[in-house]
Amino acid sequence: MPDETVFGMDVVMLSRIQFALTIMFHYLFPPLTIGLGVVLVYLEGRYLWTKEAIYEQAARFWTRLFGLNFAMGVVTGIVMEFQFGTNWAAYSRFVGDVFGSALAAEGIFAFFLESGFLSLLLFGWDRVGPKMHFFATLMVAIGGIFSSVWIVIANSWQQTPTGHVLREHVVGDRVAMRAEIVDFWAMVFNPSTVHRLTHVWLGAFVLGACFVMSISAWYLLKGRHIDFAKRSFTGALLLATVASLCQAVSGHFNAEMVAEHQPAKLAAMEGLYETQAGAPLYLFGWPNQQERRVDWGVAIPGGLSLLVHQDPTAVVQGFDQLGPVYGEPPVWITFQAYHLMVGIGTLMIVATWVAWWFYRRGTLFEQRWLLWFFVGSVVLAMAANEAGWVAAECGRQPWIVYPTIIDGVATGGLRTSDGVSESVHADQVFGSIVFFGVIYTTLGVLWLVLLNGKIQHGPELGESDDDGETVPERRHDIGMADA
Amino acid sequence: MDYPTLWFVLLGVLLAGYAVLDGFDLGVGLVHPLHKSDHDRRLAINSIGPLWDGNEVWLVTFGGALFAAFPEAYATAFSGFYFAFMAALGGLIFRAVSIEFRGKVDRAWWRLLWDGMFFLSSLVTTLVYGAAVGAAMAGVPLDNRGIMASSTLEQIGPFSLMVAALTVAAFALHGSLYLGLKTTGALRERTRVWAWFAYAAYVVLFFATTAVAVGTIDRATKNFDEHPWGAVIVLLNLLAVLNLPRCLTQRRYGQAFVSSGCSILALVFLFGFALFPELVASSTDPADSLTIYNSASSPKTLRLMALFALIGLPFVLAYTSVVYWTFRGKVQIDKHSY
Repeated sequence: MPDETVFGMDVVMLSRIQFALTIMFHYLFPPLTIGLGVVLVYLEGRYLWTKEAIYEQAARFWTRLFGLNFAMGVVTGIVMEFQFGTNWAAYSRFVGDVFGSALAAEGIFAFFLESGFLSLLLFGWDRVGPKMHFFATLMVAIGGIFSSVWIVIANSWQQTPTGHVLREHVVGDRVAMRAEIVDFWAMVFNPSTVHRLTHVWLGAFVLGACFVMSISAWYLLKGRHIDFAKRSFTGALLLATVASLCQAVSGHFNAEMVAEHQPAKLAAMEGLYETQAGAPLYLFGWPNQQERRVDWGVAIPGGLSLLVHQDPTAVVQGFDQLGPVYGEPPVWITFQAYHLMVGIGTLMIVATWVAWWFYRRGTLFEQRWLLWFFVGSVVLAMAANEAGWVAAECGRQPWIVYPTIIDGVATGGLRTSDGVSESVHADQVFGSIVFFGVIYTTLGVLWLVLLNGKIQHGPELGESDDDGETVPERRHDIGMADA
Repeated sequence: MDYPTLWFVLLGVLLAGYAVLDGFDLGVGLVHPLHKSDHDRRLAINSIGPLWDGNEVWLVTFGGALFAAFPEAYATAFSGFYFAFMAALGGLIFRAVSIEFRGKVDRAWWRLLWDGMFFLSSLVTTLVYGAAVGAAMAGVPLDNRGIMASSTLEQIGPFSLMVAALTVAAFALHGSLYLGLKTTGALRERTRVWAWFAYAAYVVLFFATTAVAVGTIDRATKNFDEHPWGAVIVLLNLLAVLNLPRCLTQRRYGQAFVSSGCSILALVFLFGFALFPELVASSTDPADSLTIYNSASSPKTLRLMALFALIGLPFVLAYTSVVYWTFRGKVQIDKHSY
């Protein structure tokens, strides 16, 4: 069975591709809803406080977009939960005690909360009072955050496992090691959880803010819903500015944490093939696997050494030393994904500050080039969120659960190639890749079409709009139902 | 009660919650092609609009809890029934999508397309759910390492097909009665006729399945010898089933809905009662079966998770009650409807 292949790919490679495809499609949505959730809580809170109708109208508009994104997150999320069992059965047996617990906690504490109050948020406008509605919105936002807490704990444990022991487990004639929790809080607060969770949240806030800025900037460029768009844009700009700046700090802590606990991942992120003193920090480059060097690179000399050891001449280990111990992750993709994330993050910080500079001069909304940049910013923010995870997960390879190094030997981890289902065949996995590929392509197209319809339809503002058009309860053929 | 047994019971509660709650909204999908107008179909979708997503969470949490409490059973069943789980995922995705997208474009063909998808996806999901229960009862070929090695075709035995058909009838009945509760007038009268047909199919399949199970599957009856009190549930189930014709004749929709719900709960209970302590039963050598003991997580983890359930479940029941209370009464179409 293991020697079966489809298009030269074995069942491990196919399962990895399937997981990458389904998780990357899924992850378009959760950070968007977490970020938008914060925006909704702010708008409804502001409405309760000031009683200004525009905040309620804005909340209703963004809720419609939130609902669509949330539905996409839910349907693609169920796939993830099933996939651990269908495609990664051996992994599931190994980690069930630990990872499964976090996933079950996510179900009990987060999913019920989100899905219950979501129906009040979407359908409850006329059935419950504004205070109850605000409460429901708050609960949905908190549910999303709880959900991220548990899943990031689970994933962080895979990256830097602590709080467990490995014990033999016997089923029939099979004796296998598996991880069991011995110290729950040590498992929860493993060395990477807090840094990674912060990073995920800030990424989600930036994305939510960019989503709002993107649509608002487009309205401003088209001269529609001007007052609404200006207020939305400025509020979101504030969130994006703070979150992207904090993200840089969080990124620094994450890099230090990776350097300490997953040095091979750091080497892959920076394309460090050879151990060297004064290791460079690349701005961009092209890792060349054959020659084992980075081509076309522009780097800050000693930058990596400075970052990791606070000393520009310090020695940083490369794959010549790390490879025999940890194995080597795919360098090119880890390097590029990491640099894409950092590059977009930096661009975001610059763009938000430029925007404030024009805001101070009172000409922000006249800078059409800048508004066009922010129309596109949502795509950049999505790409950065995705790229960060690609770097984190590819950099963990060849391990699915990272090992601990004891006396120079990798101990206690699980290799990705050992995690795949025992009874699943390459053609089955290939078939399911095609299946999900078709479904997700359809879903993606429908999502964009419907999102566009809602954006074109715009908010339902009770008063005369700036473009002179009065739009109370304006109905569009595409907006028959607003849920 | 030891922790593996407690978790067996808790998983049973999650599965029963899923069957009785998602059962009616899947049932609404199963009778969807019978509606006479686009308006009725829209009403039907909106009758479950605010509820179906929360109902599905019971299945999602069941999956997570099975993973955590009995990882061996989760891994073996999910990877062994690869095709069935992919079909179920397709069903769950398309159900959500058809509910969500149906009303978004005001074109007849668009709505018909998603109405059709809503029916098909509900049917596929129900069939897989029923077939999985049937296969678990009948047992599957496991090797001596507790791994299932069989082709998809081998897994579809006659018994799982019967249980799948029974599940379709039960959910169609449950869904028709739910629609009866949420609608008025001519539509309500039609749902009563559907409920009668579904009821007839349910009774026939119920007795046929019971006969086959008692006659051919040792597992179905073995626990009754040791725990005769299980027969009380059989009796209560019979009462619920026999109560339905009276309710339907007298148009007592609420009582009928409660009865069909009780019957579904009783079936899930009897399924768990018969299966205990096995989770994935081996059809070849009983010694190879995955039980709640050889597939469980460590006692410490099971205790920790029981604490989670203790903290979480009251909240879950509270949210569910608030939502059902808010959306009580007849379904109304407003500007927030699907």
